Amino acid sequence: MREGMFRNPSGCAISGIISKSGKRFSGERIIKSIAVMHERSNGLGGGFTAYGIYPEYKDFYAFHIFYDDNMAKKECETFLEKHFDIINLSRIPTRKIPEITDEPLIWRYFVSPLPTKLAASQLDEREYVVRCVFRINTAIKGAYVFSSGKNMGVFKAVGFPEDVGRFYKLEEYEGYCFTAHGRYPTNTPGWWGGAHPFALLDYSVVHNGEISSYDANRRAIEMYGYKCTLLTDTEVIAYMIDYLHRRIGLNFDEICHVFAAPFWSTIEGKPKQEREELKFLRNVFASQLITGPFSIIVGFEGGMMALNDRLKLRSMVVGEKDDMVYVASEEAAIRVIQSDLDKVWSPMGGEGVIINVEEGKY
Amino acid sequence: MGVQYIYPEYEIVRNQERCIVCRVCERQCANEAHEYLKDSNKMVSDDAKCVNCHRCVALCPTRALKIVKSPHTFKENSNWSGKAINEIYKQAESGGVLLSSMGNPENYPVYFDKILLNASQVTNPSIDPLREPMETRVFLGAKPEKIERDEKGRLIRNLPPQIQLSMPIMFSAMSYGSISYNAHESLARAAAELGILYNTGEGGLHEDFYKYGKHTIVQVASGRFGVHKAYLNSGAAIEIKMGQGAKPGIGGHLPGEKIGRDISRTRMIPEGTDAISPAPHHDIYSIEDLRQLVYSLKEATNYEKPVIVKIAAVHNVAAIASGIARSGADMIAIDGFRGGTGAAPTRIRDHVGLPIELALASVDKRLRDEGIRNRVSIIVGGSIRSSADVVKAVALGADAVYIGTAALIALGCHLCRSCHTGKCNWGIATQREDLVKRLNPNIGYKRLVNLLTAWQHEIKEMMGGMGINSIEALKGNRLMLRGVGLNEKELEILGIKHAGE
Repeated sequence: MREGMFRNPSGCAISGIISKSGKRFSGERIIKSIAVMHERSNGLGGGFTAYGIYPEYKDFYAFHIFYDDNMAKKECETFLEKHFDIINLSRIPTRKIPEITDEPLIWRYFVSPLPTKLAASQLDEREYVVRCVFRINTAIKGAYVFSSGKNMGVFKAVGFPEDVGRFYKLEEYEGYCFTAHGRYPTNTPGWWGGAHPFALLDYSVVHNGEISSYDANRRAIEMYGYKCTLLTDTEVIAYMIDYLHRRIGLNFDEICHVFAAPFWSTIEGKPKQEREELKFLRNVFASQLITGPFSIIVGFEGGMMALNDRLKLRSMVVGEKDDMVYVASEEAAIRVIQSDLDKVWSPMGGEGVIINVEEGKY
Repeated sequence: MGVQYIYPEYEIVRNQERCIVCRVCERQCANEAHEYLKDSNKMVSDDAKCVNCHRCVALCPTRALKIVKSPHTFKENSNWSGKAINEIYKQAESGGVLLSSMGNPENYPVYFDKILLNASQVTNPSIDPLREPMETRVFLGAKPEKIERDEKGRLIRNLPPQIQLSMPIMFSAMSYGSISYNAHESLARAAAELGILYNTGEGGLHEDFYKYGKHTIVQVASGRFGVHKAYLNSGAAIEIKMGQGAKPGIGGHLPGEKIGRDISRTRMIPEGTDAISPAPHHDIYSIEDLRQLVYSLKEATNYEKPVIVKIAAVHNVAAIASGIARSGADMIAIDGFRGGTGAAPTRIRDHVGLPIELALASVDKRLRDEGIRNRVSIIVGGSIRSSADVVKAVALGADAVYIGTAALIALGCHLCRSCHTGKCNWGIATQREDLVKRLNPNIGYKRLVNLLTAWQHEIKEMMGGMGINSIEALKGNRLMLRGVGLNEKELEILGIKHAGE
C-alpha cells in the first residue's frame, strides 16, 4: 500500500519561520520548533521546505527526486535530458541515523527548460515545468519529483520530523523562510513521497486537518488538468494554490477569501465595494471553498501565508519579533526558539496572515 | 357489462355505524362516487367512480370512510398481471392511447434509495447547525473562465447573469392550465418568501403574478403559449423546454374544455381551443438551431437573464448536455423518467427515459472531462422526494434541484394520478371554479414554506454531520456517498464507491 491507493486522513503539527528582511538563517531553528510538537506526530512522516537555500543556482529549477531503484533513475534522467538543460546533479547529502531507514535514492537536479522544446510546446515556462513534473510522477514508475521550484527545496521522509531534519542535515542550509510538518496519519503507508510538505514549483503547503470538502475540491481542480494521485488534502490544496495564483492571477489575500470565505452574514455587513468583491469571489470560485478543520502554511517565492478554516477548528498561533514572523500549531513551538516576542496572537478562523519579504531582498 | 367490464381497483368502505349522513362525501367528490338514498336515509358509493384521492376520507367528520385495495383478482399469473389484462380490455374497447398522470409508478430501481451518506467521526469534527453558521445559499449561472482587473488592480465583476437561491431547491415547471390559479399563486408566494424561484411552465404568466417576477422562471416551450417581450423580461430567468421526464420525445395537449377565459388570455389562444405543444420546437431541429433560440431570447432580454435549457433524461444525455453547454445556455435542467405530468401516454411515461441519478452522474462527469462544467449550472428533477434526495443529488454534482410532485403533495395532492380527468378534488390540477377554490393560497403557500423550511433544516443537519458548513463544498463531493447493493457498472456510472470500501 502507498499513498494514492486510499484516502488517508491525518492530524499533524506545522511550523513556519520567515525573515521579512530576507535575512538568511540556518535550518536548525525550524527543527527545534517542530521537535517541541513531537506528540502531534506519530513517526509516519515529517518534512521541511526551505526558501533561499540555492542562491548560486537561483535561476534554475531545483528538482528533488525520489527513486525506488536505478532503473527508475535512468528512465527519469533520460526524460530530463530530453526536456531540460541539466546544469548540475548530485545526491542530496544525508546522514545515516538509526531513526530513519529504508531510504530511496534521493537526487537533486538544477535544470532549465530546453529552449527549443519550450518553444515547441507553446506553453509558458512554468506551465512547461509543471507538465513535465506530472509526466514523471504519473508515467515513470518508481520516480517521484517532490520539489520543483527555484531557489527552494523540500526535504521529507518517513519518520519524526526532527529526525528527518537531522537526516537531511538541514542545519547546513541557510534560507529566509522555512516551514515544517510532522504527520499523524490514520493509516500506515510508509512511503516517502506521501510525507509532507507537498510542493509544486515554488509553492509549498504544510497542512494540519482533514478537509470535508476534499472530493468537491479534487473533482473541480482535476478539470483544469491536475491529477490528484496522492489523495491527500495537502496535495489538492497545493494544486488549488497553483491554479488560483499562477493560472488565474488571484493574490494571496484573495485566495484566503476563496479558501476560507467569510460567511454570507459577514459579507452582507461589509461596505459595498468589499461586499461585492467577496460575493464575486465566493460565487466564481465556489468549488475552491475548503470546509472542515485545517490550518495551513503556504510557502512561496518571497513570502509565506498562514490560514485557518472558517470555524478555527485547528489551533494556529502567530508570533513576531523584529523582522521575524513565526507560525505554529502551538505557541510552545514558537517560544522554544524565540521566548521574547513583540507580539503573539491566534488569528481568527478564515483570517489569512500573509508575510511578504521586502522586495529585492530574496 | 360484458367483456370490457373492469372491476374497480379500489373499494370505498363505509362504516355505517359511524356514518351520520352529513353528505360531505357526496358534495366533495367531483367524480360523484357517493350518493344519498333518500328513501332509506343512507349513503352509498360506487367504487367504479372512485379515483382514490382521499378527499372524502380526509373530510369525513366521523372517520366513517376508508379506501382499500380490492381483493378481486384474476387467476394468478406472473406474466399477465391484472393491470396488463385490464389495459388490453380498455384499448380493445376504445381503440385509444392509454393516458396517465404524475410520475412513473413502475418498479424500476430508485438509486437515491441505494446511496448512503457519510458523517464525521474522530478525525474531523461534525458541526452543529444550531450553534454554527450553516450555509445553503447557491448561485446558478455560468462562471467566467478568467478574471479581469481595472487600472487600480481591483477585480472587475465580469459575471454573466446569475440566479441567487437561499437553498438549492426550486419549484419546477407546472403550467397555468395544467394546475390551477390558486396552485400557481401558492407556488409564487412561497418562492418569494423562501428566496427561491418557481417556474411558470409553458402556459404563460397570469398578469396577477408579474409582481413575483424576481422569483419566477418563465418558460418557452414548443407551443410558445403566452410568450411575448414583457413576459420574457418579467422573470429572473428564461427556460427553454425541450423535453420533460414523464414524456420524452412527445409534446403536450391541454384540451379545449380547460381553456377558459383566463387561460385563453394568458396563453394567447382562443377560448375553447385545444392547446397543442408540438413534440419538437419547429425552429429547433438540431443543436445549432438551439443556439439561435438561446441568443434570440438573450437579445430580447438585453443579455440580463440567464437561459436554462430543460431536457428529459434520455440515453445520450451526456453528449446532449455537452452540446447544450456549448450553445450559450447558462444552465441545463435535466428531468428524470420519474418526473410528474398532468397527462402523458402511459407507455411513454412508463418506458422511456432514464433514472435522474444516472443521468446526473454521467452529465456532471462528461462536462468535467471536457473542462466545461463551469460554463453551466446543472438543475435536476424527477423525482426529488425529500431533503436526503437533495443532499445526494448535490453530492453527485447538481447545483440545484427542481421539485414538482413534492410541492403538489404539500398542497394536498394525494397522488391519485388522475390529473388528466380535470376533476382534481384538491383544487390543484383542475380549472373547475368550485374545485379550484378548495385550495386556499393563504394556506397553500404557507405549507410550501413549511415544507422547504423543514428540508433546509434537514439539509443543514446532514451537512453538519459530514463536517461541511457550506453547500458549495458538498457539490460533486461524491466521496460523501456510498452505494448499497449496486453492481460495479452502476457504481462506475454514479462515480461512487460501495459501502464498506
